[in-house]
Amino acid sequence: MRKAELIMAIVLGLLSIYLMWKSGEGPSWDPTVQRFDNIGLIEGEGPGSGFWPFWLSLIMLGCCVWTGVNWWRRTTPPSQSEEPFLDSYAQKMLLFVGGGLIGFLALIHVVGFYGAMLVFLIYYLYFLGRHSITQTLAISIGTPIFSFFFFDVAMRIVLPKGYLEPLFIPLYDMFL
Amino acid sequence: MEIIAALMDGVWQALQPTNLLLAFIGVVVGLFVGAMPGLGSVNGVAILLPFTFVIQEMTGSATSPMIFLAAIYYGAMYGGAISSITLGIPGASPAVATTFDGRPLALKGQADKALVTAALASFAGATVANVFFTAFAPPLASVALKFGNPEIFALMLMAFATFVGLGGDDIPKTIFSICFGLVLAAVGFDEITGAPRLAFFDIVEFQHGIRFLVLAIGVYGIGEMIWTINSSRYKQTHTEANITFATVTAAIREFPKAWKGTSIGSGLGFFVGILPAAGATPGSLMAYGVTKMVSKNPEKFGQGDVDGVAAPEAANNSASTGAMLPMMTLGIPGSPTTAVLLAGMVIWGLQPGPLLFSNQPDFVWPLIGSFYVSNFIAVIVNLAFIPIFLWMLRMPFTILAPLIFVLSVVGTYAAYQNMFDVWLMLLFGFGFYFLRILDYPVAPAVLAIVLGPIAEPTLRQSLLLSDGDWSIFFTRPIAGPITVVAIILILLPVFKLIRDRLRSRSKEAT
Repeated sequence: MRKAELIMAIVLGLLSIYLMWKSGEGPSWDPTVQRFDNIGLIEGEGPGSGFWPFWLSLIMLGCCVWTGVNWWRRTTPPSQSEEPFLDSYAQKMLLFVGGGLIGFLALIHVVGFYGAMLVFLIYYLYFLGRHSITQTLAISIGTPIFSFFFFDVAMRIVLPKGYLEPLFIPLYDMFL
Repeated sequence: MEIIAALMDGVWQALQPTNLLLAFIGVVVGLFVGAMPGLGSVNGVAILLPFTFVIQEMTGSATSPMIFLAAIYYGAMYGGAISSITLGIPGASPAVATTFDGRPLALKGQADKALVTAALASFAGATVANVFFTAFAPPLASVALKFGNPEIFALMLMAFATFVGLGGDDIPKTIFSICFGLVLAAVGFDEITGAPRLAFFDIVEFQHGIRFLVLAIGVYGIGEMIWTINSSRYKQTHTEANITFATVTAAIREFPKAWKGTSIGSGLGFFVGILPAAGATPGSLMAYGVTKMVSKNPEKFGQGDVDGVAAPEAANNSASTGAMLPMMTLGIPGSPTTAVLLAGMVIWGLQPGPLLFSNQPDFVWPLIGSFYVSNFIAVIVNLAFIPIFLWMLRMPFTILAPLIFVLSVVGTYAAYQNMFDVWLMLLFGFGFYFLRILDYPVAPAVLAIVLGPIAEPTLRQSLLLSDGDWSIFFTRPIAGPITVVAIILILLPVFKLIRDRLRSRSKEAT
């Protein structure tokens, strides 16, 4: 954990510097504006567009330095802890749950929300949750049906269907 | 006396069967829309606005459709707490602060207590606001008008200060979190100059900005769930949330213990709610911060303190009624939902403004009467539905977790209809999970992304007004004292740090 505290402070410090650099960008349509021209007060216009994010990012950088000092002085719990940042359970959990979520989102682009929802719920409930096949199927099929009626029919928020779109056309005719 | 007679007449009109039925339907619809992550009162009101034309044709009055919409607004404000407490995902931004203590209470098996407290505090907040609204609408509207950009910015500074001054033990991480949220809020087109900002890796989607719900659902729906799975190792089944009539009545009897949070939330929420552009979210966050500040046990906040549930809930309901005040008396909407309500009023041929009370009393008083009636219906419906909400918590965690993931993904898409935001939400979920392991507080970032779009323009416009002179925040009669108090609150942890060091040195010396 101690090592992770320092690495995180360095990563966030670098992110802060990147944000400061990015805040200083002027609008692309005006080549006369130099980088960092917009971070101060502009005559007759008040603070420029980069003023707010630039100075906040500078404060963020200061906080990262402060966290680094605390790490060095071992004044915070993570800077004193010798436990691992992610133990083996956490690594496995991240792989299966996080991987499942990434797969879920990727599937949405292919089979739409309802198809992806069905696959994700079967994966999670049956393989990770070890529930019975009956319970798994009941929830995995019931949830997309409820969602369709709530979002598409009641709230008129049409969720993408991907390649499964033709299957929904009869439902549109009936309910929309 | 005149006001009381007009109010009684208004309540009587609101209690007519048609209006009563509309208020009931509106409250139930609002409750469910509000409880759904990704949807808030603005969605409910906007989606059902066309339906109100049918109501107007049927009833021949502009009051009935307005009663219906106002009831949805009320219901949604009550509903926001449900997903915050039971699932740990704030349904909409005004319910963010409810998550801080509502969720820990649910995890301790006291979800019934949290839900009852939220419902009763919401009722108390809305009732106080209704009384203020009835009695002081015109003079309060003129107070709201005195709040210009410097005053609103000072108020935002105060909201941040309550978090820094009273936040976690790790001050640099709290400040980092706030600043990070504020920078994320700045992504997209600068609304003053029109220049695109912080479009990372030239991805076009960043130009529309990073929305509050993307961060909030990522943090609470994904990050929080992964955190819970890791810390509980699926052993947490939430079966402790047994609900009986006795547990609900016991929770009702215990509600007076949350008097401090309820009274602070009710008063502060209404005051912040009447300010144009402020709304229920800053009101609820400030109420939470102030209640924590005056509490004898501030360390219990975030662990499941009932005052931490009562304060934001009383405040967001009080602020919702408060936001109606500038909308009706000045024609200035204080929130996106009141903007839609204002549009409805204009469509029905009403002219919101200072003369509305004198020119349209037959519209105004039944509407105000309906606020009282809807509030009463909302608390009854909410309490009656608590067993259904708790049923969700009795599910095994291995069922609840994937359903929350699904709800988070669908909720984010439903809010903005953009897959980029869904991926971004997932990224925030993982990112804030890692930050949380290292004790970075996540709530201040969520607070900041909500308040950033109010704080930045008001700061910049104030500095434009003063020609870059920062003393504008100290010299104006309203902004000055608020700024000074905010700065004291920000510096409070530094004073505490110095005091603690001096004490430990003197101990070492002795």
